Amino acid sequence: MEYFVQQLINGITLGSIYGLIAIGYTMVFGIIGMVNFAHGDVFMVSAFIALIAYLIVTAWLGIASVALDLIAVLIVAMAFTSLVNWVIERVAYRPLRGSFRLAPLISAIGMSIFLSNFVQVSQGPRNKSIPPMVQGEFVLSKTHDFPVTLSYKQLIIWGITALLLLAFWYLVAKTSLGRAQRACEQDRKMAALLGVDVDRTISMTFVIAAALAAVAGTMYLMYYGVVTFSDGFVPGVKAFTAAVLGGIGSLPGAVVGGILIGLIETFWSAYFSIDYKDVAAFSVLAITLIFLPQGLFGRPDVEKV
Amino acid sequence: MAADDTVLRVEHLTMRFGGLVAINDLSFEVERGTITALIGPNGAGKTTVFNCITGFYKPTEGRIALHRGDATVWHALDALTDSGKRGIVRPDGALFLLERMPDHLVAQQARVARTFQNIRLFPGMTVLENLLVAQHNALMVASGYTLLGVLGFPSYAAAERAALDKARGWLDRFGLLARADDPAGDLPYGAQRRLEVVRAMCTEPVLLCLDEPAAGLNPRESAELNDLLLGIRDDHSLSILLIEHDMSVVMGISDSVVVLDYGVKIADGTPETVRNDQKVIAAYLGVADEDVAKVEAAVGL
Repeated sequence: MEYFVQQLINGITLGSIYGLIAIGYTMVFGIIGMVNFAHGDVFMVSAFIALIAYLIVTAWLGIASVALDLIAVLIVAMAFTSLVNWVIERVAYRPLRGSFRLAPLISAIGMSIFLSNFVQVSQGPRNKSIPPMVQGEFVLSKTHDFPVTLSYKQLIIWGITALLLLAFWYLVAKTSLGRAQRACEQDRKMAALLGVDVDRTISMTFVIAAALAAVAGTMYLMYYGVVTFSDGFVPGVKAFTAAVLGGIGSLPGAVVGGILIGLIETFWSAYFSIDYKDVAAFSVLAITLIFLPQGLFGRPDVEKV
Repeated sequence: MAADDTVLRVEHLTMRFGGLVAINDLSFEVERGTITALIGPNGAGKTTVFNCITGFYKPTEGRIALHRGDATVWHALDALTDSGKRGIVRPDGALFLLERMPDHLVAQQARVARTFQNIRLFPGMTVLENLLVAQHNALMVASGYTLLGVLGFPSYAAAERAALDKARGWLDRFGLLARADDPAGDLPYGAQRRLEVVRAMCTEPVLLCLDEPAAGLNPRESAELNDLLLGIRDDHSLSILLIEHDMSVVMGISDSVVVLDYGVKIADGTPETVRNDQKVIAAYLGVADEDVAKVEAAVGL
């Protein structure tokens, strides 16, 4: 039982990170119908930006307060990653809008390769690590020889994820920008005719997606303490799986899908074989596509005649 | 020079798709505060005219000028055409060349609103949200492009309240207030048609282009729609350009009628004169075999 609870805690933590990335996939898919394969690498880039920011904040500026460090790193990572994704959209996707469907997809794959190679060359191919940002844990139960712990960093990940999802929900549901995004999602041409600047709305979608990915990247760095240029791919594809599982295009679906994937992966590693954890996660992708193609929260496609 | 009260002036509009001439040298004007119907048999080019006006298509030839505010702005038309700019905005009025503008600018700056033959509401959003999207620009400016809005700035809150009040006012007038918080896609067909007109009105248009607003409505609903359109015209001195097949709507509410056939204007005038025009009757009903050559010559085919 203790073992199970511990895995649950670990799984939700991992799932929160996947969920934040998955929102980026699902938002971009919702608004322009494209799977942004570079999104995983944007996440990886954000972890590097967070790493650099963390080193600057601690080593150069010498700010000792952990909370202050974390907030500064988050803000810097979100700002710069947003800028990166804004430029990517401008350069690699917008010129191809209105082109054939595969064009932006191919461009996205190219962008993904470009980003990971750029980081490999500029930052070096080795693992980059940081000293632990946050240490300490709550011991929840110690009845047997297996203690159940909830570390501070896990708690921070849960808290920040919850806070951001709340802010994000408010943005999409209640603000003018959110309404414009949903309108563009349903009928881009009509939204333009009502005076919505579709290009700007799409740009803002990429910016928001990147900001959430940057939070995930910072959390990832804080949680594992290491990052390398190839770290974008696997978490990226898992987050994509999460988005598909939740129903691509559905925002709550992305979060729920992310947490489910995190749990599946963690439990599989705990109870079966850690070597096959990626196989377990990607089997979910295949099974979802075969048996539940619209996902958990997706609307089934109504055929229009 | 155009008459003082002209809102829209279409001159020598020609649209070719490859070898197909969809519109050929079409000229007409729309006066302020009037309803102008664009009618003609299927394939006459009516929707193509709309697509040219609203920036969907770039016309092959011709000029489409739209004006609001003080009529003296019309004097700048030729200078504007030569300058190569899209339009001029003065404090007292504005003049735009629509054929030079992309569709969202036609909506945003020239303030032309349109509806489609098929319903194009945002079905997953509530009725009220549909109307707020139509007021997106005003809200975006008030929200300082959202950052202030998210932080709950008072100026934004006031702007949003005003937008909501306006939307509710329209819904009340069109008898849709009770359904304000339902998804737009759940409304009955007739109500969705009315909502489209309301949504277009929320953009505060200078010219409202309605593509078959009465399509699929039963006689009672289409009579209701007539009253609503007449009400809008009178209360807001709005100009409406209308494509319609339902002759009870066309003859009932239009102040002037332009008849197209094979992309050519065959008649233009009040409903009464158009109704009795021989060419119009021939285009709609056909003619006896021996008269075909005569009519074709008259129409210019």
